[in-house]
Amino acid sequence: MTKSPPKPGFETLAIHAGASPDPATGARSTPIYQTTAYVFDDVEHAASLFNLQSYGYLYSRLTNPTVSALEERIAALEGGRGAVCTASGHAAQLLAFFTFMEPGDHFIAATKLYGGSITQFGRSFQKFGWQASFADPDEPANFKRAIGPKTKAIFVEQLANPAGAVVDLAAIAKIAHDAGLLFIVDNTMASPYLCRPIECGADLVVHSTTKFLSGHGNAMGGAVVDSGKFDWAKSGKFKSLTEAEPAYHGLKFQETFGDLAFTVHGHAVGLRDLGATMAPLNAFLTITGIETLPLRMERHVANALAVAQFLEKSPAVAWVSYAGLPSSKYFKLAQKYLPRGAGAVFTFGLKGGYDAGIKLVESVNLFSHLANVGDTRSLILHPASTTHRQLTAEQQAAAGAGPEVVRVSVGLETVADLIADLAQGLDKSARG
Amino acid sequence: MNHDAYDDDYLRGILASVKTIAMVGASEHWNRPSSFAMKYLQSKGYRVIPVNPVAKAPEILGEKVYKSVEEIPFAVDMVDVFRRSEEAPAIVDAAIKKGAKVVWMQIGVRDDEAAAKAEAAGLKVVMNRCPKIEYGRLHGELGWGGANSGIISSKRRKAG
Repeated sequence: MTKSPPKPGFETLAIHAGASPDPATGARSTPIYQTTAYVFDDVEHAASLFNLQSYGYLYSRLTNPTVSALEERIAALEGGRGAVCTASGHAAQLLAFFTFMEPGDHFIAATKLYGGSITQFGRSFQKFGWQASFADPDEPANFKRAIGPKTKAIFVEQLANPAGAVVDLAAIAKIAHDAGLLFIVDNTMASPYLCRPIECGADLVVHSTTKFLSGHGNAMGGAVVDSGKFDWAKSGKFKSLTEAEPAYHGLKFQETFGDLAFTVHGHAVGLRDLGATMAPLNAFLTITGIETLPLRMERHVANALAVAQFLEKSPAVAWVSYAGLPSSKYFKLAQKYLPRGAGAVFTFGLKGGYDAGIKLVESVNLFSHLANVGDTRSLILHPASTTHRQLTAEQQAAAGAGPEVVRVSVGLETVADLIADLAQGLDKSARG
Repeated sequence: MNHDAYDDDYLRGILASVKTIAMVGASEHWNRPSSFAMKYLQSKGYRVIPVNPVAKAPEILGEKVYKSVEEIPFAVDMVDVFRRSEEAPAIVDAAIKKGAKVVWMQIGVRDDEAAAKAEAAGLKVVMNRCPKIEYGRLHGELGWGGANSGIISSKRRKAG
């Protein structure tokens, strides 16, 4: 018996996973399948597809060849069993929770999250009867204390935006699994190149692919990756994956699809009914972006560290919260969970407070003042006046987005140029 | 033989060599997992013989139903176990007696002792896997639904 070749490395997967040459044409780059629907061979074939008995494409709201190439790519990079891509990172979160939450169910989310996630969980999810409560992830036992009879999941963000908090994934995974809960990790900010949450106990990993995965600030998208390891039947709480689904003639997803249950459900029910599908063109742009993810992340973290070190020495700066600096309270956790670098997005506080923050973002010439992260371009933001302005002062502080806070997403430009731009901006902001 | 992980070539070899599969536990109800697997394998050119002692229908998906592996009046290449692990040893014995070349146990079905016995008798064994999923994975179809097939290739493959 011939041995299979060794397991491919991360860089190989980033280029090849999910993207063999196109079976129809031999096209080497993944084609953009810009089609809404696919013909059936005959009525029997159509029935097999509608019944989920055969693999195949039916309608692009559910599956599309360009999107599925990206799904397999992301699943491979995260070490998951499968993935579901969505129109945005928010859609990915909605789809992840939609799969298993029922009205009246509860989940616990970290306080240190992207502000948009806090609003989505705390406000809009309530319309579905899904209750979120929030716990400070710096102390994992906080999650344990928040578990109630209706709790189904724990949600955290690694390198939590905006403050760059590093979460002790293994400790929180244990708390979740001891209680039979699903553990979900937003890995947008680290990307699988810096952190692989499934290896640390995550059951689902969610992404805004708009950020580092796509990498160029040109394509919206999201993804939910399933580890394939969670036993949906064990607690009896995750009925949508274990009990008969009326819309598919009483099919039971876990029984029928085994460790692919979530992935199949995510397409066949989640995307079918939520409709938050990723566009094929965005999938293509994201596939192209991911090919250089390892190279980009190396440069992102090198530039970020240099910028953070510069800021730490600046007289206008009160503090720098970058987990790659020994001064960070997350430094030790970052060494464990992010050994290749602590990401490229972090915050710092200005001695001049709110006004200095506004002055700085308006004074820079190379950093772009906008609400995104994970672009090739360096970006700057004053969260208290933008992304986090809908939160209360307490929520802003809890999220690490107080009035004096400025967030940067360090890009791939010449690092000396980035430092020079910040230096002149800080000069102006300090002068007021 | 390590039954925790299988080489792709091992599975490929089995799926390429067998033609006739006795499926023990094939259901007459179309929405059961065994029916999904049987229908799919038929569409890929396999002849699947349903074995089900309690089925009321005389035929499933166009094939006569037999009450046991022994009852099948012709040779089968593979016996697919769509029953609980506890029933695996008896089905493995029947497969050895029948002269099958492969015993395949479905997801969740595993009996290492029965597997060792089958291997000692010269049969190949796969446990805790689904031939439908493995066929789809190895032939580029599984990824159509967003699954991670684990296959990397720079060669153009015919779909399906």
